[in-house]
Amino acid sequence: MGSMRNLTAAGADAVTVGVLALQGDFAEHAAALRRVGAQAHEVRTLDQLEQVDGLIIPGGESTTIARLLLAYELRAPIIALGRSGFPIWGTCAGAILLAEEIVTLDRPGLHLIPMVVERNAYGRQIDSFEAELDPGPLGGRPLHAVFIRAPRIRSVSNDVEVLLRLGPEYDDEAVAVQYGSLLATTFHPELTEDGRLHRRFVEMCEQYGSQRDAGQVPAAAGGSG
Amino acid sequence: MVVETATQTVKAGLAQMLKGGVIMDVVTPEHARIAEEAGACSVMALERVPSDIRATGGVARMSDPSLIRGIIDAVSIPVMAKVRIGHFVEASILEALGVDYIDESEVLTPADESFHINKHEFAVPFVCGCRDLGEALRRIAEGAAMIRTKGEAGTGNIVEAVRHMRSVQGSIRALQSMGDEELVSYARDIGAPVELVRQTREMGRLPVVNFAAGGVATPADAALMMRLGADGVFVGSGIFKSEEPARMANAIVRAVTHYQDDDVLAEVSTNLPKAMPGIEIAEIPEPELLAKRGW
Repeated sequence: MGSMRNLTAAGADAVTVGVLALQGDFAEHAAALRRVGAQAHEVRTLDQLEQVDGLIIPGGESTTIARLLLAYELRAPIIALGRSGFPIWGTCAGAILLAEEIVTLDRPGLHLIPMVVERNAYGRQIDSFEAELDPGPLGGRPLHAVFIRAPRIRSVSNDVEVLLRLGPEYDDEAVAVQYGSLLATTFHPELTEDGRLHRRFVEMCEQYGSQRDAGQVPAAAGGSG
Repeated sequence: MVVETATQTVKAGLAQMLKGGVIMDVVTPEHARIAEEAGACSVMALERVPSDIRATGGVARMSDPSLIRGIIDAVSIPVMAKVRIGHFVEASILEALGVDYIDESEVLTPADESFHINKHEFAVPFVCGCRDLGEALRRIAEGAAMIRTKGEAGTGNIVEAVRHMRSVQGSIRALQSMGDEELVSYARDIGAPVELVRQTREMGRLPVVNFAAGGVATPADAALMMRLGADGVFVGSGIFKSEEPARMANAIVRAVTHYQDDDVLAEVSTNLPKAMPGIEIAEIPEPELLAKRGW
């Protein structure tokens, strides 16, 4: 927490979180952010990226989003931001794009989190599933998670914190990880009413926003990755 | 740990991941790769694009599994394929092949004139066409996890797609101003289950993702459908019947992402390769109108 911003009313003081709106379920993320009291802005251009305190890369098709990031010249600015402490959260396709190494993606991702992710690694759509996760550091009741043509995190570097894991049926593999200001989940919290992960991310954005206002972090965007 | 597959949430959820995207008809693995490279969020695997089905005539059926397998192997994005209305065996075959979505489609020749497939029985999700709100909700009641407005496939003429999208969206707006006491008779009038009517009123939109289809030939057509409320766009003959498919595919993908940005739309519409020629709807003999198939 640590910030004095008013997060309850989504008024002028509420933190502004961007949702990358090139393709995918960005509207669902925006609605989930509003439910936890944040303002949500769709981000399609560099100008829009410069006006937010954090960025969600939503579920969608990772090949499509990766291609559009390059075509619309957003990839390098997002990499620069991600390296500077700017909060970025990737869900499913977004988690794929954040990984340093992606198995079976023939176009460049963002290479921000030291982990290996494999696309569509549970199988095809008929293998998509829902599961109850141990809430780990989130506390409280189990977390209901929706996995759709989901990627699998095959390995993470020692300095990446694993927040949530699937049960022993899936070798307790990591499905939510944090690396500094970067968050990645292979499932879709935006498709359920459970706001715990969105609240956690909004708090990260809030902290970043207040540090930036205090001149403690470099001003946003620009720069080449 | 409780694990569930084939739930309505994961079926409808895949469609949510396709939003803001373009689903392209492809007839070869090579087409599929061009579509993926251009940024398609999914491809529809079929033997003939709708304009060729229209030109050739005869009974149009599910594609040969070898063609569908070839396309599944060629790309990593989700692959859809079409079955005839009511043909649940074709649907079982496609499920066994591992397609990610089945389109129970009026573009193929209907197999059953009375009943659509009971889509609840399948693990694979279905998308179905509609012309109005009642038809959309009937398909959802049968288990469709995604809807597309029908338009008139293979014409390169956007007019029917606009008519159907305006009908759905207009009905949803009208529904939102209705009182509780009006819902049962409204549901009866449009031939839809009252619970789905109520849910649509509460959500202010269809309960599942709704794409536009049938007649999109240019980036401007695609952006028009997005502005009318589509969640994304199917492009059938419009890409691979244009003179330069890769460029047309890129331009339409860009127009769908930036559908509200007139400068981008002007840019992607400039010096485009020639679009497919297109057909005036009034010139199509009544029995050959595809949108009238299904009910």
